Amino acid sequence: MSHQPVAVVGIGQTHHKRKRADVSIAGLVREAAQRALEDANMDWGDIDAVVLGKAPDLFEGVMKPEMYLADALGAVNKPMFRVHTAGSVGGSTGIVGSHLVSSGRHKRVLSVAFEKQSEGNAQFALGGGKGASIGAGGAFAPFIRAYIRRSGAPEDIGWMVAVKDRLNGAKNPYAHLKLADITIDKVKESPMMWDPLHFLESCPSSDGACAIVFTDEDGGKAASKPPAWVLATAMKSEPGWYSGRDAVNPQAAHACSREIYDAVGITNPREQIDCAELYVPFSWYEPMWLEAHDIAAPGEGWKMTQSGATALGGDFPVNMSGGVLSSNPIGASGLLRFAEAALQVRGLAEDHQVGGAKLAIAQAYGANAQFFAMWAVGSSLNPLG
Amino acid sequence: MAPTENDIAIVGFAQTAPDRRTQLTEADLVLHATRAVIADVGIDKSEIGFTVSGSCDYLSGQAFSFVQNTDAYGMVPAINESHVEMDGAWALYEAFVRLLQGDIDVAMAVGVGKNSNSDPSTLFTIEFDPYYLTPLGTDTWSLAALQARALLESGKATERDFAEVVVRNRANAKSNPYAQVSGDFSIDELLAADYVRNPLRLHDLPPTTDQAAAIILARGKRAYDLCDRPAWITGIDHRIEAHLPTVRKDITTSVSTRLAAEGAGAGKGPIEVAEVHAPFGFQELIVAESLGLDASTEINPSGGALASHAVMVAGIIRIGEAANQITKNGKNRTLAHATSGPCLQQNLVCVMEGDQ
Repeated sequence: MSHQPVAVVGIGQTHHKRKRADVSIAGLVREAAQRALEDANMDWGDIDAVVLGKAPDLFEGVMKPEMYLADALGAVNKPMFRVHTAGSVGGSTGIVGSHLVSSGRHKRVLSVAFEKQSEGNAQFALGGGKGASIGAGGAFAPFIRAYIRRSGAPEDIGWMVAVKDRLNGAKNPYAHLKLADITIDKVKESPMMWDPLHFLESCPSSDGACAIVFTDEDGGKAASKPPAWVLATAMKSEPGWYSGRDAVNPQAAHACSREIYDAVGITNPREQIDCAELYVPFSWYEPMWLEAHDIAAPGEGWKMTQSGATALGGDFPVNMSGGVLSSNPIGASGLLRFAEAALQVRGLAEDHQVGGAKLAIAQAYGANAQFFAMWAVGSSLNPLG
Repeated sequence: MAPTENDIAIVGFAQTAPDRRTQLTEADLVLHATRAVIADVGIDKSEIGFTVSGSCDYLSGQAFSFVQNTDAYGMVPAINESHVEMDGAWALYEAFVRLLQGDIDVAMAVGVGKNSNSDPSTLFTIEFDPYYLTPLGTDTWSLAALQARALLESGKATERDFAEVVVRNRANAKSNPYAQVSGDFSIDELLAADYVRNPLRLHDLPPTTDQAAAIILARGKRAYDLCDRPAWITGIDHRIEAHLPTVRKDITTSVSTRLAAEGAGAGKGPIEVAEVHAPFGFQELIVAESLGLDASTEINPSGGALASHAVMVAGIIRIGEAANQITKNGKNRTLAHATSGPCLQQNLVCVMEGDQ
């Protein structure tokens, strides 16, 4: 088969904010892409193809915005591709970009994902653009209540995740929310949004973009900064509703991580993976994904949160960047997870670095917790030795 | 030929009957197209290693519209699946690249568009630069008319040439069971019609269509299990150019089409049949010239995009029709073209060959 090694050699992101009124949509994506190119020590002319990802066009009210963004992303006379797989789209954008290199189609590819949610009404678009939206929190709260009932987790687990991720976000210069003084009490006392989710257990609505530069094995070895090697990628989908579906613990989530683990040779995820960036837009999804991805045993995920294992200094840090709870430009959120995992194994995560991280995974999910995109990245092509 | 494991072929193609205004949902259309192609190839859906669709939320009139469409695949157990907000031709490109990863050997690409939900002259005003173009209320038809005017003024074509393209495509469409518009017309009869956007008349514009199409691809020797004469993709490439037509040097030619054709190796041999995606009839003249085609190539035996034009589907249908010329009609080397965006901004070229 033609599958060739792929290196992440450039990562860039915007400063995420509630409203980036200082830039146009083109300015926003260009800011992230420019930082990724600088990180890769490359210029626009070095890029062979561009992949753009974002969630529904109804967020900004621009249909197929990649057409207009071709100029800003230096794609003129090059291939430009547009991915949209709901909330997992940022992850899919990274995977599609990496495949263009692993297939030998291109040597250097730029993947960019963005959302400029302040341009429109995100809550309206999240409801399908038909009004009367219950929002993402309203959609996921029943799954979370089912998880709590099933696992017997104490009610403060969600609050702990909310505090932990915001403390991590306070160390990330690009994060939208920097709540260094957040406490369990503040989370608990914040308004109830979708029972059991309080306001401070919910993701913000952000303007932001993320960009990754991929290159081949030679490019990775010649890079001026340490590369991250893409060890495995997977995308799995299941229906949002079907008889007998376990929405708390979707089989597509299991299948997605299983494919990654098998490809990398991971037999004990908790021991062998150094850290993970998981798509946690609402606090309780941390323990839920730890179980769905077989990092914790069924019903035990919350104990990892409770024990501090998932904190930055724990034995299995989760969402070192601050996660979706600290920044959520929806279309970019998946690629931000993928980028943070790569930053960690490159050793470039600065104040939110996990010491000695060699193998990291990232995950994004979308729609009714039914679409999953994941990758594993390593500091070398064989981090398990 | 003896295929290597990196050779990828089209082994099946199906489309739904084009409809001016269907009562079916997009998911229904996808179900019909995918069931038809799976039956055509004769496999079980569990043998498909990757499925990818192209569709557009704004055509459906709702965000996340593709999510419901995936119900047509039957995703229990979970499948490898993706979606592009592009014509199905680009979904096929993603499937092609996915097959090159080497871990699967069959993939399916789908395009679906229910264009009857909206008035194209209103809807397509928002697919442009939101700061400098959309506020003008410009629609695709008006920009195409400006391109047509530039072509007339360049001296490369006349309004009579525009009408000739339409007459030929509609006559070709008579033998296409999947044509929405077909028949015998005279050039003079067409030229007598009023302008819709000067110099374009109604027949120069694409029909409004609800439709879906699906293609199954296979890698290496697997293709022979599924098709007697696979259409091997010997080259596929796509390019985009500047968004604002005024920024492009010359809109009477298509630089991105030429680059994509070069990338796909179109000029490495004679092209017997080309299926060209020209939503506006006159654009066929621009694309054919940019592809480097001459009179030896038969263009659009299906009637092209003037026979049916569901945005998000018309491009993948061109690939399917050009593949059919090899799989079912004995041709040896064919080309398909797909386009997107104002004044042919983005173009894809796919060159296919049969075993000789």
